[in-house]
Amino acid sequence: MSNIFEYAPAPESRAVVDIKPSYGLFINGEFVDGHGTSFKTVNPATEEVLAEVAEANDADVDEAVKAARRAYTRVWSRMSGAERAKYLYRIARIIQERGRELAVLESIDNGKPIKESRDVDIPVVAAHFFYYAGWADKLEHSGYGSTPLGVAGQVIPWNFPLLMLAWKIAPALACGNTVVLKPAETTPLTALLFAEICQQADLPPGVVNIVTGAGDTGRAIVSHPDVDKVAFTGSTEVGKAIARAVAGTEKKVTLELGGKAANIVFDDAPLDQAIEGIVNGIFFNQGHVCCAGSRLLVQESVADEVMERLKRRMATLRVGDPLDKNTDVGAINSAEQLAKIRELSDIGEAEGAERWSTPCELPTNGYWFAPTVFTGVSQAHRIAREEIFGPVLSVLTFRTPSEAVEKANNTPFGLSAGVWTDKGSRILSMANRLRAGVVWANTFNKFDPTSPFGGYKESGYGREGGRHGLEAYLKGADS
Amino acid sequence: MTPTSSSTASTASSAGVFDDIVRSESSLRRFLHGLPGVDQVGCEARAAGLATRSIKTTSKAFAIDLAIRMVDLTTLEGQDTHGKVRALASKAMRPDPADPSCPATAAVCVYPDMVATAKQTLGESGVNVAAVATAFPSGRAAMDIKLADTRDAVEAGADEIDMVIDRGAFLSGRYLDVYEEIVQVKEACGDAHLKVIFETGELQTYDNVRRASWLAMMAGGHFIKTSTGKVQPAATLPVTLIMLEAVRDFRDQTGQMVGVKPAGGIKTTKDAIKYLVMVNEIAGPDWLDPDWFRFGASTLLNDLLMQRTKMTTGRYSGPDYFTLD
Amino acid sequence: MSRIDVRKTYKLYIGGQFPRSESGRSYVVNDAKGRLIANAAQASRKDARDAVVAARAAFGGWSGKTAYNRAQVVYRIAEVLEGRREQLEAELRAAEGISAAKARTYVDAAIDRLVWYAGWADKITQVVGNANPVAGPFFNLSTPEPSGVIAVVAPRGALLGLVSVVAPLIVTGNTVVVIASQDNPLTAITLGEVMATSDLPGGVVNVLTGSQAEIAPWLASHMDVNGLDLTGVEDAEVARELEVAAADNLKRVRRPAPDTDWLLEPGLDRMTRFMETKTVWHPIGV
Repeated sequence: MSNIFEYAPAPESRAVVDIKPSYGLFINGEFVDGHGTSFKTVNPATEEVLAEVAEANDADVDEAVKAARRAYTRVWSRMSGAERAKYLYRIARIIQERGRELAVLESIDNGKPIKESRDVDIPVVAAHFFYYAGWADKLEHSGYGSTPLGVAGQVIPWNFPLLMLAWKIAPALACGNTVVLKPAETTPLTALLFAEICQQADLPPGVVNIVTGAGDTGRAIVSHPDVDKVAFTGSTEVGKAIARAVAGTEKKVTLELGGKAANIVFDDAPLDQAIEGIVNGIFFNQGHVCCAGSRLLVQESVADEVMERLKRRMATLRVGDPLDKNTDVGAINSAEQLAKIRELSDIGEAEGAERWSTPCELPTNGYWFAPTVFTGVSQAHRIAREEIFGPVLSVLTFRTPSEAVEKANNTPFGLSAGVWTDKGSRILSMANRLRAGVVWANTFNKFDPTSPFGGYKESGYGREGGRHGLEAYLKGADS
Repeated sequence: MTPTSSSTASTASSAGVFDDIVRSESSLRRFLHGLPGVDQVGCEARAAGLATRSIKTTSKAFAIDLAIRMVDLTTLEGQDTHGKVRALASKAMRPDPADPSCPATAAVCVYPDMVATAKQTLGESGVNVAAVATAFPSGRAAMDIKLADTRDAVEAGADEIDMVIDRGAFLSGRYLDVYEEIVQVKEACGDAHLKVIFETGELQTYDNVRRASWLAMMAGGHFIKTSTGKVQPAATLPVTLIMLEAVRDFRDQTGQMVGVKPAGGIKTTKDAIKYLVMVNEIAGPDWLDPDWFRFGASTLLNDLLMQRTKMTTGRYSGPDYFTLD
Repeated sequence: MSRIDVRKTYKLYIGGQFPRSESGRSYVVNDAKGRLIANAAQASRKDARDAVVAARAAFGGWSGKTAYNRAQVVYRIAEVLEGRREQLEAELRAAEGISAAKARTYVDAAIDRLVWYAGWADKITQVVGNANPVAGPFFNLSTPEPSGVIAVVAPRGALLGLVSVVAPLIVTGNTVVVIASQDNPLTAITLGEVMATSDLPGGVVNVLTGSQAEIAPWLASHMDVNGLDLTGVEDAEVARELEVAAADNLKRVRRPAPDTDWLLEPGLDRMTRFMETKTVWHPIGV
């Protein structure tokens, strides 16, 4: 249906970013050549090659760990918390100052809408550094002691590239650790820009090392004998491999893995806000969110009404150019991920669920998937059990609060859950009974540096954010 | 029901559909309190999200002209004079004397004693005269006085009546009284269109705004309107969002469209465009028409005109180039 | 002619009952001087499986009790233990060949440890939970919750060691399957008898005796076990293999600490290691 009020394109300017033709590794405060096979990072919205990026091989990772160890021993662990804090505050400020540049670069490399990178990712990144900067000289009040672990090896995913970097690096540095971090192979650019920011902040060399590469580079970091701490965000499968790899060592591990969150809508919910919560829960960041509300559990008495409203709302989602300020849903991050989303969606259809996608025109180049909802889904369907990690919602119904809890908890995951009802005591009861690390009641997908995040069961262990997030980077009050 | 319930049957909107609901105070209360609740934070976040839409070039030009056509150019002051109203009416017909392509506003909005003057100036221009009535802005008067106020304005030529609801009755839970009052005022309006002002700043909660919206729509109001402009806060994006949801849901249920008019505090083109985006995405493009959406405003018009000039000439304009009426 | 004593039969403690091993096996337990004390049940993988089922069944009820209630139950264990201290001291002396004074010290410490942990039940949430001042109109609270069913390889300290690993788990609401020290299993079963008469619901603590090497891998790989406490594992390679097996469902793992001095006052770590932090958000509005 053509609309009399079509929004003209409102593209954010690309001129603020300067993408180099090739990038090296950031080791000991300098960019150096890698010795693996370099790879290309592409703009998923256009398939344009953005840059050639070095791959760190085992020797490069070893260099990075050595640099981190030297910096730890000679500089960072000896520095007072108050001085470490000032470096982190500096970094936070530079991130704010270069916020637009970081946002545009993130959208280009990742495919996420500029309004999300501009209004969510980058502001929260800066906030995260501010928050943990303040902890650096107050660790004795944290409840976890003030003794750092040493060198942290950190491997992060592609869905929130710079935000996941901040979640890893800010608390690690605040606690006095040094880091070797590997960004995802499809989204290395903001991490490499962050390396420049470390230089601008005059952060001592070796405190932050950024090594690019794929699975092999990650494995080299995780299994390096001089790494004291492993922090990983990504798939449950890789998380398990890491847990096995560190078994029998002294390494401390935190894992933030997959999810299949239930978003539970009761018949007395504030319906219009619940619809927004459902949309935000699964279509925010193209559904590339570990805590996405990918299973909608709706009470049968309002199921039809909710579906009607949801579809009407979904039809207003604007899918397309990530740099257009009016885009709500951007590009799928990679061809590989797109194939996975397509495969699971096809399976959903083959298993008998009813598929509906928004009637939007998708660009011809790049990786795209229209916002999609499956109805008539049962717990046995693969689309109700497996993480799709895309803009695909599976809808199930329930009759009673107990049935909702049973269905919500009937998964090996336990990262997040949503509850929508106007009845206060029911919210608290549901929050108690849901086995998930984050419960959003009458809201969804909210993040804050002060708020701990992390999963139950196969969604991983350890918490990131808040006072709890310090535990991962300190030896503990008892040692 | 009081004997005046016969009038209910004559109002188009409520014919039959809502008889069971408005049968008694308790059934009406059950209905209004059974409407889905509104979460304040979620509602405000949604409104703020829509406000980040970036409207450029051709769509901006379209929006500015549409917004001008939706303005109820308003003067509601104790110091109003016939001269002031004549000037305002002239401006409503030709907002930008230098540019004949500039559209007229939807209406001028005045007190009842100024209706005849406004009507005289506007003639057959197509610009309507709207009159506030029913002891505007407080609504604190006896019923017969409110009805007389309304009839006066209509007899003087008002095309539209902007009534205020009895917020005291509403807040004390006497919903049926409020309903009856709207029904009676509507009857007094005759052919004039009725806008029902809630004074959302006094209703305080979004739940109340939603209930008032349904109450007014069931009673047959043609428009639901946020505010008198005399109480802060007046119109806000989230309050208008709730009302747009209400008219959308009302059409889903009854097939009938009701208009929405935010009034007070909308001063800039940027503001107006945010409202239009919200109309577009919440109620839908059918409401992008002066018949279904209005801005109650005075200073907004000049800003729209300045932005319009900027769009056509490519340079920024200044207040000296637009009339102050 | 002296009276013939009635010897005690030591069985497993599963789901509040004292069954023999389903395998029908038992093994000889000698005292420190190599003389037979008793035959202990030698648990099989199926006993371990049954114990997990019992622990899972007990989890909802136990974790759902008020913290005050759990505190009282754990305190009650201490009370009953105090009443049976002579028996336990005698068992410890026989099993470990220690002096009367030493045995008394261990029993004292075990009782005191139970009392110490009992008091934590309704305080740990306050000490490790948080109200989080998020930058927006939201109520945001983080509270610790028990991880679920925890499998424990108990250390050698037959009474104090066992109490020190089990008490922190149950006081926080977890349920436990514990493999008693292979060489000193009898005190563990006596402790089970103490628990069974202390208002502790059946299944909250389940005690298996037998071969750690045989049973532990089944618990480590069990997909319905949420945590694995390897405190009592003495062989590093065995510990590594168990940790690898635990990764199948990402159990929370506590690595071995067989040489812990159990007489020292513990920190919070034995409680918090097997707790999950849940953070609940809600908008603040009218």
